[in-house]
Amino acid sequence: MTITTLDVRGDGSPVPAGVDTPAGRGRGAGAGALVTTAQVADRTVRKFVRTPQLIVLSTIQGAMFLLIFRYVFGGAISAGGVPYVDFMVPGFVVTGVLFSGMNTAAGVAEDLEQGFFDRLRSLPVPRTALLAGRAVADTGLLTWSLAVTTAIGFLVGFRYGGTAAEALAAFGLCAVFGFAFVWMFVCMGLVAGTAQAAQGMSMLVFPLTFVSSAFVPIDTLPGWMQPVAHHQPVTAMTDAVRSLALGDPAAAGLSGSTTHYVVIALLWSAGLVALFAPLALARYRRSS
Amino acid sequence: MDTPVIEAHGLAKRFGKVAALDGLDLVAEGGQVVAVLGPNGAGKTTFVRTVATLITPDAGTLRVAGIDVARRPDQVRRIIGLAGQYAAVEPAMTGRENLRLVARLFGQSRRAARANAAAVLDQLDLAEAADRTVRTYSGGMRRRLDLGASLVGAPRLLLLDEPTTGLDPRSRLQLWDAIKALVDQGTDVLLTTQYLDEADHLAQRIVIVDHGRVIAEGTPDELKARAGREVVEIHVRRPDDLDRTAAALASLAALCADAPRVDAGTRRVTVPVDRGRAALLEAVRVLDAAAVDLDDIALRRPTLDEVFLTLTGAPAGADPCADPADDDPTARRAPAPV
Repeated sequence: MTITTLDVRGDGSPVPAGVDTPAGRGRGAGAGALVTTAQVADRTVRKFVRTPQLIVLSTIQGAMFLLIFRYVFGGAISAGGVPYVDFMVPGFVVTGVLFSGMNTAAGVAEDLEQGFFDRLRSLPVPRTALLAGRAVADTGLLTWSLAVTTAIGFLVGFRYGGTAAEALAAFGLCAVFGFAFVWMFVCMGLVAGTAQAAQGMSMLVFPLTFVSSAFVPIDTLPGWMQPVAHHQPVTAMTDAVRSLALGDPAAAGLSGSTTHYVVIALLWSAGLVALFAPLALARYRRSS
Repeated sequence: MDTPVIEAHGLAKRFGKVAALDGLDLVAEGGQVVAVLGPNGAGKTTFVRTVATLITPDAGTLRVAGIDVARRPDQVRRIIGLAGQYAAVEPAMTGRENLRLVARLFGQSRRAARANAAAVLDQLDLAEAADRTVRTYSGGMRRRLDLGASLVGAPRLLLLDEPTTGLDPRSRLQLWDAIKALVDQGTDVLLTTQYLDEADHLAQRIVIVDHGRVIAEGTPDELKARAGREVVEIHVRRPDDLDRTAAALASLAALCADAPRVDAGTRRVTVPVDRGRAALLEAVRVLDAAAVDLDDIALRRPTLDEVFLTLTGAPAGADPCADPADDDPTARRAPAPV
């Protein structure tokens, strides 16, 4: 089907009197995947930018936690060879990705709740692209909050030990990790169905972030908890980002090479996408 | 006649224990507005969502403009526009941005999307507010924008799910005018409503559904002739006047279509009448003669409840179940529109 100027009904029937309008008011056969992704992403970003409470609150929240860890808990935690602030900031940036992801779950649930998804799903567009748009936009927004937390990290005394290339790699890795986790939050939002329930569900990020190497060295955890902490994505990611940020995994008390940790982190990210993207899609497509 | 715009046979859909659609048959010809009328929980929303490809029925067949919805939902989506009772527009974007988004998703070029958005904004009298964020819109404006979003794709079939529920009377009239203008331009419309007057006002054909089935259909006049006689309604001041009122009205049997009904709870007596004005005058006269102390007496159109009572012998929505859409996990659960 092609977009035509006069054939408004798309079935060859004459244009009814009055349905006129300029510039080819044609129904169109539906947007392709790229346009759909871009349009939905554009909408998500606009919504974020025009909801200052979201930006301000999430920034304040991030700063507050960072200060608490740096100055309240920081004195009581020993991170081995490096100052606690250098140990903690990479972990904090990584977990920041998860905390801003909570907005994704709530936003998706809200779209579902308020009928916005119904409208989108009634349009002739690939449904995969509708979700992809959301995921892409939220990854972009995550990157923004990553930059903010990193900046605050420097303000409270974080000293960066790696090369510029490693810094870029660390940042990129966080964005990849964010993209992977966004799919988990999209799933949560779709399953929860209401923004409130989605908020509640996304509390799951607390055990995930705290039972990891993000804030404390894993060997200080109770023995039974250590295997759990070792084998989960937040630890994998923290170890990789920390190795890059300190310029040396050994400084972070890690025995492997930086490449080793980066590869593991990427594998985890790929695994998360492979698990949650199809789940989200199945849930979204299911026309019940 | 052409292929019907909607052709549903034996549609069934269950949500858990609730049969939202229970063998619904409906054929809507093109070139007219069809109103699906029914109480909450009758299956109206489920039906519209099924036509909009958002719900897959458990059984039955459904064709939209000859296209099998189960086989080619993508083709159906190209020719429908959906506007719901929850005003699904993005509050953080302007009216214009909202319409452009939908137009672009219909596959229109940037230029066409811009032009069509502008045309629809004009058409719906929203041009002045076009560049304000929707957050600042009134409920009625949001509804009109929602309607507009369903129009930028120049749909062949417009689906309106309770388009005026929750609107104030003035916004309601504005929306009616907008819908009528569209119909004049040749768009086919399927709308659901709980209001008899809305169906009467907008539709050439009314389908009454209850418990997921069609229980009556016809033109507004046909249905009114069958079910919807005008009603004289009397509120009395003292409860002990109720019986005397009923007795006095019974003496007007020649003008009445049925026996008077007494509702002690609301101190109200109603009687369906054949010749409204004559009956009203007569009623005032006999009640005055009987020295009944009246709070209020009026001649009014039958309510949906009364139509149901006549058609089914049971009050509307006698089933205590809530709207079955509530059991649909993907259904919207928004608060009442502002």
